[in-house]
Amino acid sequence: MCLAVPGRVVGIEKRDGTPMARVDFGGVVKDVCLAYLPEIEVGEYAIVHVGFAIQRLDEESALATLRLFERIGALDEEFGDAWARAAAEAERAPEEENR
Amino acid sequence: MKYIDEFQDPALARRLLDDIAGTVTRPWSMMEVCGGQTHSIIRHGIDQLLPESIELIHGPGCPVCVTPLEMIDKALEIAARPGVVFCSFGDMLRVPGSDRDLFRVKSDGGDVRVVYSPLDALRIAQQAPDQQVVFFGVGFETTAPAIAMVAHQARRLGVRNFSLLVSHVRVPPAIEAIVRSPDCRVQAFLAAGHVCSVMGTLEYPALADTHKVPIVVTGFEPLDILEGIRRAVRQLERGEHRVENAYPRAVRPQGNPVALSVLREVFTTTDRAWRGIGTIPDSGWRLSDAYRDYDAEHRFEVTGVATVEPAVCRSGEVLQGLVKPHECAAFGTACTPRAPLGATMVSSEGACAAYYLYRRLATPRTEETASVD
Ligand code: SF4
Repeated sequence: MCLAVPGRVVGIEKRDGTPMARVDFGGVVKDVCLAYLPEIEVGEYAIVHVGFAIQRLDEESALATLRLFERIGALDEEFGDAWARAAAEAERAPEEENR
Repeated sequence: MKYIDEFQDPALARRLLDDIAGTVTRPWSMMEVCGGQTHSIIRHGIDQLLPESIELIHGPGCPVCVTPLEMIDKALEIAARPGVVFCSFGDMLRVPGSDRDLFRVKSDGGDVRVVYSPLDALRIAQQAPDQQVVFFGVGFETTAPAIAMVAHQARRLGVRNFSLLVSHVRVPPAIEAIVRSPDCRVQAFLAAGHVCSVMGTLEYPALADTHKVPIVVTGFEPLDILEGIRRAVRQLERGEHRVENAYPRAVRPQGNPVALSVLREVFTTTDRAWRGIGTIPDSGWRLSDAYRDYDAEHRFEVTGVATVEPAVCRSGEVLQGLVKPHECAAFGTACTPRAPLGATMVSSEGACAAYYLYRRLATPRTEETASVD
């Protein structure tokens, strides 16, 4: 949750009077609120934190960050199943936690 | 050798490290405030690649770790009530309360749900009008605007079965408390980039000036952190103490003005207890009086919470940079991510968990780990 992840805006619509976007994070697509970045357009990249776009980002740095997050497993941690992870952490033997 | 190949751009990492090594003439210690940065530093071995005379002190910037035990216990109490749907970020599931955690409340039959965004919790409330839906709002200034917006929306749309348990924390008062502490060894700060994406950098010059500490705003990726350290070392060597923005691609000096105005409308600053550290004046946000009807603490009137912290846990000292995780007697034995005694062992942004995951059981500095080629 502490992570902010860059993603590409692929669609924009109004919902309950609030601008919302579909944002693609290297394959995972999520609903993101644009209330704090209303001027962003389809095709642009934004830094997104807990479902809210907080700043624009240029494409090159966005893609570099996404590649890094993918490589270190950060995207799984952000978008994966938290219950499964919590259960695994509660059961996994300590030896197996080393990678 | 062990780490540098993993960097996005090993040649650039090498140049930054050489520059740092060529600049430093005496020992310096600096604190990375943000837990995301701590995780990245340990994950990529940045502390071991740096010249030995530079010490990184891991700060209290993991919101999961510093959420006060009393607030966790209140969350657990509310989550266990019948008729309540308790929504939280996934990171909070295994944070130990005095006698259980949210994961346990769920297995005992509580309706605990993990949401990606607080707006998902509001949606749940709209779809289940006969349930009380509560969202647990924790986090720093990066997260607070999301919670502020959902409070704002709930009020605007008149969603009455929705409330928020709010425990937000703010970075500048924590920096202030750290530099004012008589034990403080921190000579420079790396400030958290995404906090500043929201807040901007204008809160920091007064701090840098009053306490004569360089403050360098930096990102979370290994190269960003190295660049932040490089700039902090330059300032220290030159006897300067300025605010520098080493993360301009995501941080503007004014921050995000829309977010700032919603934050001001929905929250007021309040004294906040940080788990393991104690109360820091003005270091938190709570819902403002206009939003009192949406405050879960008010709606559920939780009383009689008696908190119990394990005596052996030294997470408070870890969070202040006074001890390293492996210096705690319980580290890796009585306390592991599987059975955490303190919150710093739960979140991957917590220093204890980061040390454990990347096997920093004793962090011996050998020529091999310190070498960069
Ligand atoms: S290792 Fe565990 S018990 Fe020790 S300080 Fe860290 S969280 Fe607390």
